Amino acid sequence: MTLLQALVAFPVLLPMLGAAASVIVGRRASLQRVIGVVTLATVCVVAGILLVSADRHGPVVAELGGWPAPMGIVLVADRMSALLLLISALVTLAVLVYAIDQRISDYGRETASTTFHPIFLLLSTGVSLAYLTGDLFTLFVAFEIMLASSYVLITRRTSASRIRSGMTYVIVSLTSSLLFLTAVGFVYAATGTVNLADLAGRMELLPDGLQAVLALVLVVVFGIKAAIVPLHFWLPDSYPNAPAPVTALFAGLLTKVGIYALLRTQTLVFPQDDPSMLLLVIAALTMVVGALGAVAQDDLNRLLSFLLVSHIGFMLFGLAVWTPEGIAGTALYVVHHITVQATLFLVSGLITRRTGTVSISQMGGLAQTAPHLAVLFAIPAITLAGLPPTSGFVAKLALLQAGAGAGLASEIVAAFVVVASLLTLYAVARVWVRVFWGTPKEPLVDNDPNDELVVGTARSARGMYVGASSLVVVSIVIALFAGPLSAVTARAGDDLHSREAYRGAVLEPAPPDGATAAPGTGGPDTAEPEGAAAGEALGASAGDAAEVAP
Amino acid sequence: MNMTINLSMALVLAVLYSVGFYLLMQRSLMRILIGIVVLGHGANLLLQLAGGPPGRAPILDTAGLSEFTDPLPQALALTAIVITFALTTYLLALGYRSWVLVGHDEVQDDVEDRRIAARQKPDGAMEEGTAAETESSPEDTADSHELEEGRK
Repeated sequence: MTLLQALVAFPVLLPMLGAAASVIVGRRASLQRVIGVVTLATVCVVAGILLVSADRHGPVVAELGGWPAPMGIVLVADRMSALLLLISALVTLAVLVYAIDQRISDYGRETASTTFHPIFLLLSTGVSLAYLTGDLFTLFVAFEIMLASSYVLITRRTSASRIRSGMTYVIVSLTSSLLFLTAVGFVYAATGTVNLADLAGRMELLPDGLQAVLALVLVVVFGIKAAIVPLHFWLPDSYPNAPAPVTALFAGLLTKVGIYALLRTQTLVFPQDDPSMLLLVIAALTMVVGALGAVAQDDLNRLLSFLLVSHIGFMLFGLAVWTPEGIAGTALYVVHHITVQATLFLVSGLITRRTGTVSISQMGGLAQTAPHLAVLFAIPAITLAGLPPTSGFVAKLALLQAGAGAGLASEIVAAFVVVASLLTLYAVARVWVRVFWGTPKEPLVDNDPNDELVVGTARSARGMYVGASSLVVVSIVIALFAGPLSAVTARAGDDLHSREAYRGAVLEPAPPDGATAAPGTGGPDTAEPEGAAAGEALGASAGDAAEVAP
Repeated sequence: MNMTINLSMALVLAVLYSVGFYLLMQRSLMRILIGIVVLGHGANLLLQLAGGPPGRAPILDTAGLSEFTDPLPQALALTAIVITFALTTYLLALGYRSWVLVGHDEVQDDVEDRRIAARQKPDGAMEEGTAAETESSPEDTADSHELEEGRK
């Protein structure tokens, strides 16, 4: 095992160990913060290295515990997963910086709560594992790590309203997890494997009807997690009640992990030649229902939640078209949307802090009283609506181009993309007019000074602005480097569509010092000690994985 | 792989899943929780059955390869049991918290109505926005219908 292969395990191991360390240092809040920031920053660097390597030399595969692919568990970093890993790590880091300065872990009091940082890092572990795993059951475990952490984050400091929405969220997620488990059981009974690359070959041997049932069960499972209409009902009900950074993290990452899982399993295991009618129809439904829901809202966070649902439809559309261009468009859209949706929720947190209310009809004139907030809101809002020259425009253009050449049904749904974009623009313009224009209004008083939402104050902590504005910068960088980025996503789309790179890398791994190893890391002299260190690092994860490894 | 299906086990599975989903659709939180537990048992049993008919313990050199039970689904089920157990505990704690805070454990279903009620409660500062409030309430009601439909 080369150093590079060992690196694949790091995005999973580091946050997990960080979470453990964070529990150990307990009530020393400053140490917890340092651990959190350092861990996530390291994960960003590792994800960057993995992306460069996967793009140049093909997928990087780590066999946990040394068991080869169809038997053991593998972690795979190909272009798609490394790209999403990188952007997710960046967003998680920015959200953590924001959360620290909102003093969400100690609510501005002397005694800190010890739970926030460990749980936050565990959530990051689950997200990384979901991106990297090459195994259907490990994907289930990853979802559980991620969801269990999210249950805690969404129900921390429970008030009556939060426990009601949290309950909805927990029960819906648990049900989808149990369906996922059922799907894993079906898949194993039918094929005798849970390794995704292995499944890709064996699924073709099954009768068409059985394949369709398995594909459909997985679409429902991931559809619930990704909030696809008509399985979206829980999202606008539960997300808005959580604190801003938590909502931002959930909106940015959790639904996208669902989309990623859908993309990965559908393209790898259930390949198709034509656009999928079912997915096209639900993509169109998702776009329109979400956007119309957003237009009707008065609560800023609920409005953003509905926009989130609407834009899930855009990503689904790229998959439904089922061409390399469509999948590439989805990849680009996911990258853009993770950033921009998280930013909007963070800015919404800042706005709420300033005005003391989430109701946009009770805000006004913020452009005069807080011009910096107006800038912070305007950029991601325009990006979300997809006006040129933002990253949203680039991503939407990629989707529309993919849809335009793929038959009548795709072209009709492409028209829905345009309609939903216009509705999005209308929704954010409505927010702009009501919140930022008009006569300035007095902020409302904080009706619960003991919760973490310090509202109605003009004084906002600097870190909250740093977190939000760094994400704005990320989305501008995405727009500036749209050329190279869309080249990477185009290659990722080809990979996912052809399946060969992934299956080849997992099932027929090259020898450790072979041609695929990155130059500079695999020299005969250095490989030995590094390999030993890697084995040690993986020993820890093998312990975790021992339950599931045969 | 031997794909004969044990009929009694299939029936047990059917009962577990239907009881689980039935309980899941009840109003009382406790019944929902029991529904989740029963559903979890169903899923774990399904995982077990996915490995084919029972055989000997899979220890090398004790029997022929074909006589062994498939160990992988057992490992999967073990992991799944641990996960469902932990989450059930969490759900119990949440249910207790809900009982402490709200005083009963019924799931509130009229979401928008409660939200509006909660927002109008706080204090006089809300009065300024009353006009806009009533203006937007039909939309909110329409939305709550949509939510309810989604839930059905």
